[in-house]
Amino acid sequence: MNQIHTDVPGNAASHDKPFNISRRGFLGTVAGALVLGVAVPGAIRPALAQAAAAAAAPGTRVPAFIEIRPDSTVFFRSAFIEGGQGIFTAMAQIVGEELDVDPANFVVEAAPPGPDYGLIGGYRFTGGSFSVRSSYDLMRKLGASARGMLLQAAAERLSVPVAELSTEPGRVMHAASGRSLAYGEIAEAAARLPVPETVTLREPKDFRWIGKPVERLDIRAKSTGKTQYAIDTKVENMLYAAVQHSPRLGGEPGSLANEAEVKVRKGVHSVHRLPGAVAVVADSWWRARMAVEALQVTWTEPAAGTAHAMPADFSSAGHMEKLKATTGDGVVFEEQGDAAAALSSAAKVVEATYDAPHLVHGQLEPPSAVARWNEDGTLELWIPNQAPEMFQGDAAKVADIAPEKVIIHSPMLGGFFGRHFLYQSANPYPQAILLAKAIGRPIKLVWSREEEFLRDTLRPMGVVRFRAGLDQDGNPTAVSAVAVGEGATGRWFGRQPDKVDSSAVEGIAGKIYAIPNKRIAQIHVDDPAIIGFWRSVGHSMNDFFSETFFDEMADAGRKDPYELRLELLKDSARHHTLLQAVAELSGGWKRGPFAAEDGTRRARGLAMASPFGSEVATIAEVSLSDGQVVVHDVWVAIDPGSIVNPRVIEHQVNSAVALGVSSALLEEVVYIDGLPQARNYDGYPILTPDMMPRVHVRIIESGAPIGGIGEPGLPGVPPAIANAVAVLATERPRSLPLSKTTFEEKKA
Amino acid sequence: MELNINGIRQEVDIEADTPLLWALRDTLGMTGTKYGCGVAQCGACTVLVDGQPTRSCVTTVDTVVGTQITTIEAITDDPVGRKVVEAWVVNQVPQCGYCQSGQVMAATALLKETPQPTDDGIAAAMVNLCRCGTYNAIAAAVRDAAQA
Ligand code: FES
Ligand code: FES
Repeated sequence: MNQIHTDVPGNAASHDKPFNISRRGFLGTVAGALVLGVAVPGAIRPALAQAAAAAAAPGTRVPAFIEIRPDSTVFFRSAFIEGGQGIFTAMAQIVGEELDVDPANFVVEAAPPGPDYGLIGGYRFTGGSFSVRSSYDLMRKLGASARGMLLQAAAERLSVPVAELSTEPGRVMHAASGRSLAYGEIAEAAARLPVPETVTLREPKDFRWIGKPVERLDIRAKSTGKTQYAIDTKVENMLYAAVQHSPRLGGEPGSLANEAEVKVRKGVHSVHRLPGAVAVVADSWWRARMAVEALQVTWTEPAAGTAHAMPADFSSAGHMEKLKATTGDGVVFEEQGDAAAALSSAAKVVEATYDAPHLVHGQLEPPSAVARWNEDGTLELWIPNQAPEMFQGDAAKVADIAPEKVIIHSPMLGGFFGRHFLYQSANPYPQAILLAKAIGRPIKLVWSREEEFLRDTLRPMGVVRFRAGLDQDGNPTAVSAVAVGEGATGRWFGRQPDKVDSSAVEGIAGKIYAIPNKRIAQIHVDDPAIIGFWRSVGHSMNDFFSETFFDEMADAGRKDPYELRLELLKDSARHHTLLQAVAELSGGWKRGPFAAEDGTRRARGLAMASPFGSEVATIAEVSLSDGQVVVHDVWVAIDPGSIVNPRVIEHQVNSAVALGVSSALLEEVVYIDGLPQARNYDGYPILTPDMMPRVHVRIIESGAPIGGIGEPGLPGVPPAIANAVAVLATERPRSLPLSKTTFEEKKA
Repeated sequence: MELNINGIRQEVDIEADTPLLWALRDTLGMTGTKYGCGVAQCGACTVLVDGQPTRSCVTTVDTVVGTQITTIEAITDDPVGRKVVEAWVVNQVPQCGYCQSGQVMAATALLKETPQPTDDGIAAAMVNLCRCGTYNAIAAAVRDAAQA
């Protein structure tokens, strides 16, 4: 799509007063629409754009986000990438509410790189369930600001005071004379007006779209195969590439025994050596793939000191043993009272060690990259990504050009769950850039699912040792936990040796229960795998550890786990309410075992989690069938403070439950001799439709600061399941996935 | 080789053992059919071959010469396909959407064969993977489409 920038320079803006840029362009243009707004000659455009960008605080420059078309529909550039979480629809709801345009009349795309979109402290990424939280106020003001300019333009056109005007969706109304103007008619005039100094936001009680189950904007295209993912990108004259990676990271291609044969295969254009990989370029991806897999490559051993080279003797079992054998008190992250003293004077001490394996993301769209070098020296990339500016910066380094010469397109993501952050060894675009340069034509590189299983970043492996002290009456007086392993945040954003990476302990730390003495610590052990962020990050396993241990503590003190939680939350109204809500949603708390109508013996387990600014309580109902766990129902009460779209929340909770069940029951990456044993879904089962439980959701708007939605439904699921299993089985689950264990039922 | 896709004859000059998926996506530029696994595990590549849901990633083109191939691109040309799409919209089924071409094709095949499937029939036919976990919405949408 050609985009014509229509900015005029802005004057200085202060950061605390976001809308006082006195003059600037307003309504831009999209391909096929009329050119609206102020045309700026191409030659001076970059300078002006820079000046404007330097002047405007992120999220305030209306034309960077909003273009109103002649038919009054809105083209909106979202700072956040859509990957199924519903963020494009949320943006349309939030901006549309204040702009007074029905969200259904929005067309939303991911914004290109640029300082306007750095809504998270000047940076931007789509992750951490942070999109709505970080932009809600800004995007409301942006919509209101644009509406103010349309009102002013209408006042001039109709020669009436602004105060006499109002809006209806997509129109400015003059009630006194019965006249009205469509937004599309005054878009151009509005562009020349100053931005209002102040804007008035709608009262939440008057919201028409925020908080309502508005239909998602991307559903019909996704139901008819029309959505274009990165892997569907076509550019003129492109060739296809496929790669074969070094089986172990750090190895380089040595000799290619049959290169000559492969080169002359039908459709093959060329054979290439890349860092850590070989590639074949051909006229179709299938031919490229067959050819590259036919290449007989001798891989070199990683040179000594190669960062993150995969050791030849690395095995999952061996690393797990190492984590379990690593003893000590660790570096403290959270401390309250004196846990050591309370433990030594406790009437009873409970101890347990828990563990969780590496996981892959398994998003259904395999990674790809389309790279095109343009005649003007720019490099254009179509790549799945959660952080356009970071990818732009890194691509510029690979291409050895200035970042502003890298044009990034961020198509809809075919799932992400943390997969598409900037993980250098896990992204195909550096290869695509080099190949496109080498052959002088655009390249579409797709990683086969097998290459993806080899190079995806993994959720870190984790082990936690817990100790709890109970008093005479079975009440917990102290909890001490030492997590052993490495966190993803430290890996990618720098780790300070004397500090604990919060992503390694979140979900063990930050628990809500009133236990007077706590000590939560970590021992860092390098994870030999390339680790990354996986939906709900540390919480995805840490809440399994801590909430399952909670039930062990309750059982040791002969307390019902629901009643004990209620007791320890009695001073926290928000959590107390939430816990009661999930119990009520499930028809009243009952732990079981009980007989279900179908004759199976079932039990329920409970868990609470506080991930990403939201509060969640979860109950799972399970039975055992031939020693394997069957999950029948999951009830989730979620309190994100306030909400934008209840239907999207319900669907996101369903999705998070699915991934939670999948990880609890099935998923585990196994390395032997430095090689992952599974290279496709046949060796790494993920949740199938027949294993999906019914999901029941209750949303509670406590009015607390707005929290996340995409991830919070997940962490409570594995512990709720495990706690239910503990009721039925002779053995308490302390290790994931549960499918490793054949559980024996307790005698009734 | 000549393929009949969505009622149109198309000539493809490729090896006989090329999977239909890549003939569609690369040779013919029809990218609505998706690549997920390539080994008949996920169903993202589901198309109809003479009405039967078929995993095009493991179906070589020489085996479908002379058949009627239907892809997601033609889904709304079919009355049952239209009902399925409407039910998908009403139930707001897709999340990332990547599996949904295959899901819609599988549902259409089911309802063309069995207009009023039982819940067990739905479970037996709707076996494609969805990493976003839209399974409950899919089942609800298939039930709705059967009623429509
Ligand atoms: S791509 Fe064909 S079944 Fe997965
Ligand atoms: S909707 Fe994302 S894989 Fe199914």
